[in-house]
Amino acid sequence: MWIIDLPPFVPFFIGALILLFTRGILRSAIMVAIPIVSAIHLWMVPEGVYLQFAFLEYQLTPYRVDKLSLLFAYVFHIAALIGIIFSLHLRDTLQQVAAMLYSGSALGAVFAGDLLTLFIFWELLAVTSVFLILARRTQRAYDAAMRYLIIQVLSGVILLAGALFYASEHNSLAFGYIGLDSIAGWLIFIAFGIKCAFPFAHNWLTDAYPEATVTGTVFLSAFTTKIAVYALARAYPGAEILVYIGAAMTCFPIFFAVIENDLRRVLAYSLINQVGFMVVGIGIGTALAINGAIAHAFNDVIFKGLLFMSMGAVLHMTGRINGSDLGGLYKTMPKTTILCIVGAASISAFPLLSGFVSKSMVMSAALEEGFDWIWLMLLFASAGVFHHAGIKIPYFAFFAHDSGIRASDPPNNMVLAMAIAAALCIAIGIYPQALYSLLPYDTGYNPYDATHVLAQAQLLFFSALAFVWLNLKGLYPPELRSTVLDVDWLYRRAVPSGLQKVFRVIWQADRALRDAFTLKLDICLRYFSGKSDRLSALLSQNHPSGSMAMWVAVVLASFLFLSFIQ
Amino acid sequence: MTAHLPILQVIIPLMAAPICLILKRAKLVWLFSLIVSVLAFSVSVLLLQQVMTSGVISYELGGWQAPWGIEYRIDKLNAFVLLIITSISTLVLIAAQASIEKEIPKDKHTLFYVLFLLSLTGMLGIVATGDAFNVFVFLEISSLSAYALIALGKNRRALWASYQYLIMGTIGATFILIGIGLMYQMTGTLNMQDLSQRLPEVAATRTVFVAFAFVTVGLCLKLALFPLHLWLPNAYAFAPSIVTAFFAATATKVAIYLLIRFTFSVFGLSFSFTTIPLQTVFMALGLIGIFVASSTAIYQNNIKHVFAYSSISQIGYMIIGFSLSSVTGLTSTLLHLFNHALMKSAIFLALAAIMFRVGNVQLDNFRGLGRQMPLTMAAIVVGGLSLIGVPLTVGFVSKWYLLTALLEQGWWPIAALVLLASILAVVYVWRIVEVAYFKEPLPDRAPVKEAPLIFLVPIWILVIANVYFGIDTRFSVQVAESAAQSLFGVSL
Repeated sequence: MWIIDLPPFVPFFIGALILLFTRGILRSAIMVAIPIVSAIHLWMVPEGVYLQFAFLEYQLTPYRVDKLSLLFAYVFHIAALIGIIFSLHLRDTLQQVAAMLYSGSALGAVFAGDLLTLFIFWELLAVTSVFLILARRTQRAYDAAMRYLIIQVLSGVILLAGALFYASEHNSLAFGYIGLDSIAGWLIFIAFGIKCAFPFAHNWLTDAYPEATVTGTVFLSAFTTKIAVYALARAYPGAEILVYIGAAMTCFPIFFAVIENDLRRVLAYSLINQVGFMVVGIGIGTALAINGAIAHAFNDVIFKGLLFMSMGAVLHMTGRINGSDLGGLYKTMPKTTILCIVGAASISAFPLLSGFVSKSMVMSAALEEGFDWIWLMLLFASAGVFHHAGIKIPYFAFFAHDSGIRASDPPNNMVLAMAIAAALCIAIGIYPQALYSLLPYDTGYNPYDATHVLAQAQLLFFSALAFVWLNLKGLYPPELRSTVLDVDWLYRRAVPSGLQKVFRVIWQADRALRDAFTLKLDICLRYFSGKSDRLSALLSQNHPSGSMAMWVAVVLASFLFLSFIQ
Repeated sequence: MTAHLPILQVIIPLMAAPICLILKRAKLVWLFSLIVSVLAFSVSVLLLQQVMTSGVISYELGGWQAPWGIEYRIDKLNAFVLLIITSISTLVLIAAQASIEKEIPKDKHTLFYVLFLLSLTGMLGIVATGDAFNVFVFLEISSLSAYALIALGKNRRALWASYQYLIMGTIGATFILIGIGLMYQMTGTLNMQDLSQRLPEVAATRTVFVAFAFVTVGLCLKLALFPLHLWLPNAYAFAPSIVTAFFAATATKVAIYLLIRFTFSVFGLSFSFTTIPLQTVFMALGLIGIFVASSTAIYQNNIKHVFAYSSISQIGYMIIGFSLSSVTGLTSTLLHLFNHALMKSAIFLALAAIMFRVGNVQLDNFRGLGRQMPLTMAAIVVGGLSLIGVPLTVGFVSKWYLLTALLEQGWWPIAALVLLASILAVVYVWRIVEVAYFKEPLPDRAPVKEAPLIFLVPIWILVIANVYFGIDTRFSVQVAESAAQSLFGVSL
């Protein structure tokens, strides 16, 4: 009964449609069933290209299966399933349908074999995900959603422009290695970069993700940036510029994350930091580096999802998410605390957890290829991650000072979703060969040798020491209710207020001029008052026939003039 | 019978118009007009088929030989346009009776159909004929009936809009007549093919320059090219909804057809684009038109105004494609001719349905319509997506061809501007979507039901066509491309 060349986004889209007409337990059952059924289906699909048809004069491939896309598809199924279980308690059709469509679009994009299909799903990702932010139903969320949508759609438009140039150069729309040696390459690169949250284009992420709903953020963190990583891995492996961009991405968010108070925004910054590791890996471009980048994307989806879920659980149960308001929750939310610590340890790359087995691949590759400085930056970033994501998040939410909040553990479905994610983190950490066998290259890499384990353990201990010491001395930036200024301050505050000032000066000058002018004009108008009817008719919005006829005369005259001077 | 198809195309609706007066009863007349339109549609399908397989059809009226008698000449270009006109008229007529019941006084229903058929005759005649003076005659037939049709609108401003259109339309027609007269003076012939052979001999004279200028400006007025578009928004907004749906999809298209016919076939490519700076002028006006009209559309509160201004901006796209004077450019124009007809007729028919239920199309009254008239609003959304140029809709296909044509000649700044202009379309479509789907209905407006089936059927045929021809582009692209190629390959 299996239709072998049924693209996996189809069941998700059909599922979203069914959700509209079902309620209660049936809807929950369908939501859980779709990713499971689709994953089983996908498991049986062998590699190779499927489904092609002609559009205009191009060959479109809406469904292409190879190792790279399969790996991402697997993890997206896992993420969708976890996210769906996490949101089972919801009674919100808008969110559930949007999440289903969003997951489907991500799968569509991963299997897109041509730029046009990719563009369609690229925009669908933007349009469907925005509802996960809107569903928070606050004014703040609405504003953030609109900013998010504009930037995402812009990324899509740039992608389309790039595809257009690409088509006219290569006479093909196939999505494979593109490279940076043409306008098309750069346009598409920028489009991917926006979605990948490159520095200066990253604000949509830290702006919108913390404003999304409790469950929405879990979906958001899994798909959008990973699609961009996937696209970069396919189109620009070995582009050296990516190494530097990625290194910057790993480092700069740390400073913001340390002083940020909203814990979900801290996670958003650490998401950029993790994506930075993947981008470095893609930029290095060796088999080991690419493997590392992809494996890290796989793991990041799971442990970042786990962290967002645990913070979402806190927000769901307490209604607060600022570090300064929380604390001491471990007494009443023990399960959440433990699961959150597993996630935090994973992202910090503790040995025997999933982060360790993939992050070290990227770093080894950097060292092998002679990017010593980059290696140092990555090392610094690893320490930073441990700081803000590994310690800060669990510490301020569950320990620190007792905030007096006595919230219990979240509903069972939320705990279950977190438990699945935590189990995966541990399983991959203990038995990484399962993940390695899915990777595109076979490098025979083994993370558990003495150097890796020792280096990482040292790093972690000294980082922890620094935190403890700073905290004891009272030097650690306290959690304050404050607004952290990022680059988006430029376009949200500085440019508007700067413009306002400029305009105020202009207006003042203008007013003085106008006062003088209106005086003169009054005199003139009084003179013309007999003919004022004609004046008002000329200025009225509906154009009188006379003015239309005048335009005809103008156009005819200029046309004749132009043809005679030739 | 098949030999007489070219004349049947025009004569069937022409003869049917007076018969309507005899039938009198409105329902009966509606059915009769619908049948006539279906007949005209089947004739145009047969014509297109014939042209595609066996080439140009030349039909001599009354057996008089070509340069002296009137010749009807059907090639791929006009067979394509004939098909667009008749298909739209048929679909629009399905919903006509229900729509005019609420918008036109009972005693004028029969007259409405008479005028409709005459207008249809005029357009078909303009397209089918191969005789320059005949063009003018049919132009007047279609225009005069159009003025009367617009004046039937129930809003009193319809009269004034129709009056303005009358003035401007007449100026346009006069310009065209002056141009044709000057050509006749120089060559002594009115047959287009004959003209195309004799004009090059006298091409260097100022008279021919002036003739070309008059014809072009007259046509630009008719096709509402910026800045000669001012008559159009009010005419479309205050005319009965059905009339708007019909004209928005066909009237300006006919004028664009004539522009292509005169520049490419009659005056010839080398004269139009090398002796005269047509390219610069049209590209500039088209581009300004897109931006001005799209921006104006954003600020309109009458939704018919919104889409009327959007029509003007879409004409800008067609004119840019035309101004490139390349096969791809012209293909994009012809494709957009077809595609825009599909989008705009779907949207304006949906607006007619809203007019039928709600009574007006002010933006405020769209509140809550997303829930109350889901199918109608969905049609507007799909049409709007098509206007923006979203993939999987026809709008994308024609925009893609236009951009390819622009890049082909290295006009990438223009291509960037064209893409930028799509964002303006997003804005004016989004305004409607936001109000219809995300705002609670006005408290003082009674809740309305979904539009009746008689509206939904033609609307959704058009919507499905919008998507179908956006995915399966074989038919439209093939016809448009071969029509464009034949215009460049051999003169008429």
